[in-house]
Amino acid sequence: MRIGVVTFPGSLDDQDAARAVRYAGARPVKLWHADRDLRGVDAVILPGGFSYGDYLRCGAIARFSPVMSELVPAARAGLPVLGICNGFQILCEAHLLPGALTRNAGLRFITRDVRLTVENTRTAWTRGYGAGQELTIPLKSGEGAYTADEATLDELEATGRVVVRYAAGAPNGAARGIAGICGETGGVVGLMPHPEHAIEALTGPSGDGLGFFASVAGAFAKAAS
Amino acid sequence: MTGTSEGEESAPEASEMGCTDTVEVAAGTPDQPQPYAELGLTAGEYRKVREVLGRRPTAAELALYSVMWSEHCSYKSSRVHLRKLAPAPAQSGALLAGIGSNAGVVDIGQGYAVTFKIESHNHPSFVEPHQGAATGVGGIVRDILAMGARPVAVMDALRFGPADAPDTGRVLPGVVSGISFYGNCLGLPNIGGELAFDPCYAGNPLVNALCVGVMRHGDLKAAVARGAGNKVILFGSRTGPDGIGGASVLASATFEEASAAKRPSVQVGDPFMEKLLVECCLELYAAGLVEGIQDLGAAGVACATTELAAGGSGGMRVSLDAVPLRDPSLGPAEILMSESQERMMAVAAPASVPAFLEICGKWDVEATVIGEVTGDGRLTMTWHGETVVDIPPGTAADGPVCRRPIARPADAGALAARDPAALPRPAGGAALRADLLAMLGSADLADKTWVTEQYDRYVGGNTVLAMPEDGGVLRIDEQTGLGIALATDGNGRFCRLDPYQGTQLALSEAYRNVAVTGARPVAVTNCLNLGSPEDPAVMWQLAEAVRGLADGCAALSIPVTGGNVSLYNQTGTTAIHPTPVIGVLGVLADVRRRVPSGFAADGADIMLLGRTRPEFGGSAWAHLLHGHLGGRPPEPDLDAERRLAGLIAAAAAAGLLCAAHDLSDGGLAVALAESCLSGGRGCRAELPGEAFTYLFAESAARAVAAPRPGLAGEFRSLCDEHGVPAERIGVTGGDSLDIGGCFSIPLAELSAAHTRTLPALFG
Repeated sequence: MRIGVVTFPGSLDDQDAARAVRYAGARPVKLWHADRDLRGVDAVILPGGFSYGDYLRCGAIARFSPVMSELVPAARAGLPVLGICNGFQILCEAHLLPGALTRNAGLRFITRDVRLTVENTRTAWTRGYGAGQELTIPLKSGEGAYTADEATLDELEATGRVVVRYAAGAPNGAARGIAGICGETGGVVGLMPHPEHAIEALTGPSGDGLGFFASVAGAFAKAAS
Repeated sequence: MTGTSEGEESAPEASEMGCTDTVEVAAGTPDQPQPYAELGLTAGEYRKVREVLGRRPTAAELALYSVMWSEHCSYKSSRVHLRKLAPAPAQSGALLAGIGSNAGVVDIGQGYAVTFKIESHNHPSFVEPHQGAATGVGGIVRDILAMGARPVAVMDALRFGPADAPDTGRVLPGVVSGISFYGNCLGLPNIGGELAFDPCYAGNPLVNALCVGVMRHGDLKAAVARGAGNKVILFGSRTGPDGIGGASVLASATFEEASAAKRPSVQVGDPFMEKLLVECCLELYAAGLVEGIQDLGAAGVACATTELAAGGSGGMRVSLDAVPLRDPSLGPAEILMSESQERMMAVAAPASVPAFLEICGKWDVEATVIGEVTGDGRLTMTWHGETVVDIPPGTAADGPVCRRPIARPADAGALAARDPAALPRPAGGAALRADLLAMLGSADLADKTWVTEQYDRYVGGNTVLAMPEDGGVLRIDEQTGLGIALATDGNGRFCRLDPYQGTQLALSEAYRNVAVTGARPVAVTNCLNLGSPEDPAVMWQLAEAVRGLADGCAALSIPVTGGNVSLYNQTGTTAIHPTPVIGVLGVLADVRRRVPSGFAADGADIMLLGRTRPEFGGSAWAHLLHGHLGGRPPEPDLDAERRLAGLIAAAAAAGLLCAAHDLSDGGLAVALAESCLSGGRGCRAELPGEAFTYLFAESAARAVAAPRPGLAGEFRSLCDEHGVPAERIGVTGGDSLDIGGCFSIPLAELSAAHTRTLPALFG
């Protein structure tokens, strides 16, 4: 199975996402922001970073890139997409996910190993986890506070679309402690913390993050067999 | 596609200034007064320029010489001393490029080479902390990039005035946010550094940034313009009125003189452009399109053109009209001096230019051919069709050499006589306990999470150890596990007491910090922060520091690969403590064998390695509890450092250790507390001698190590084999730091004292 990782100008965690894909047993495929081409991949990751410098607003320019003009309809048609950090911001800007990410409550960039609770194990990216499983994964962002209007938040809760929540309180002031959400069908997931930085104890706080990549890779392995 | 080529710029217009000061005009008006003093040149230096040229310089040439001959670019005061740092053959076996390059390059095996360097951005960071620190990161990253390497990590060594001083509340958060903003956006993990406070740095904060890069041996690039007819390409950001005069004026003068007037000369950084520039350069290198490359830092185009031209054998002709401008009103002198960030200059064969411009276009990096390499040995520049610069480039690149007067500081004797032995010592367990808690809660020794949490230490996915570990460790090769370790250290108090020994102690500590991760130290970089070279006492400190470093590196058999000197760090007649910051690079054959500093397992023996002596001169205890600075610093013991490093490397490779932590500021007591806190478990220890000395003395060449349970015997034999004194002082476990017969501190209390200080000070 082939998983695309998009590189925008200013993407930083693209190689890390590709490494996580490899560790999960799938094949990473480089996708370039200026190409209207998804190269026939089975899933796509929008990695962390500062796409186009994050000038104007995080993710606001990336949303209009050529690759997104292909990705948005494909995602709506069911292609699994994981947006991590800046990728989450881009998914919100592209209206594939509701809400927005705003400045951290303390107004400072925060790098911290956070504990997360997995609340939805039906998405393409979390089906390998157990319900209520706790993960330790790095958070590293300056604009990571998830926010949406009350009605949207209520709907996300009611429909089980809160995928992961900060287990010990949101360090960035995210509404209702939300660390990640999914779209209506569970194919599109946005995460503020970085599972690609928790794929082995050598370079991360744990190997807990590998499950996101293994979930989607496993799904395709099953479908193919 | 934004690349343009020479000749596409608009046709020359009549100069806005009425009459351009061309070479021809200069030759005909020898008596025209010139503002050399305002540009920072002395009357003697100005005479020298006239002598070199055989006429008065044009305005553009005067600007060029003034920035190139500034202290900042020419090292004119320090150069006679720095020659001592040239490594002997015994030290330089692994050196692929050394002092004089943009950064030194070291062979680390398996075909990999590592380049690293530390540089100061002290003065700009005081004037405008956020941008000053941000562009400091940007500058050192371009130095590494110019060697042909991919930058892979940064570190920063920061020193400020008293933590509770109002101005520190302005400078420190700004500096940290600047490093965070620039480094994070660039995608470089920040893997360590230092944070220290002392009244001597009030008004003169030290912001030293280190960058490390990795390449394959064959990728090494040089800053040379070779091959007549090859094109000179300027690429990256457009040139604007940033930091004009910054190099010679801002970095070389103290702040009191017309500080307000100099304020606008700090540059502004755009890390996104730098990220594009990094990726663009690496793609250009990989495509084999670059004959020579130089980053644009201090003194911008002036420096890049003269250094490239002087590095080659021919010469260079540049059309200043071709330089893309952000502000079209800039004239030739301003274009030469501008310190606009995120720019590089390359030399490429004519046939390579189209491919070069295409790669730049892919990354949205503007690239412009501004000239070509010639064979006439001259650096000439034209403006509106007329020649405004015509010089032998070597004369600007090499600069003058000052042999400044040297004198031992008048107070050296009095300082040495202020023996810390006279200080009242804590009597009894309760007093020792209170002293330890006070030290752990001081801004100097407190938990640094408030700072380090603002830096991305994960990006790149190769960070194996980072803050608060003794050294940062990076994986270089995913298959073999080959990796590197880095640490920076400085100690202004030790150096104030004795710059020779103090510098050796800084070297020893950085060496030891790298060693306790399990790495083998292989090379040294340095940033010498001092006061005004016009003060003979400061020049003595400089000379002694350099001599100490040279002797120390010779004793350790590792080379100095490069560095930076920052002078004029003083307010009025009061200089900062001489503060050499030493960076040491180490190599780990397999990062999976790295050794962390925290006690992460129960029931491991704790061994004290090295000899403890009652050495308190310049110690954290004397400074923090008594505001005392005097006596002698601890005695460096480079041979013992070498043996200790050899021991830990061997023990780590054999998988014997679960923890090792260097002993430095605050001695054994602080080291044990830190290992308990970072490992999340306590320990019980018995001191082998007089409690106060064992707890707080700062004797060099010491560490604590915890062999894995069951392997203590093997570790002991290894200690004997390496001739390292080792004593079992305790065992890990429990939930308190328990010093037998003295005191016990629950981890919760220890942690509270350690973590509350910086948030309370800075919000």
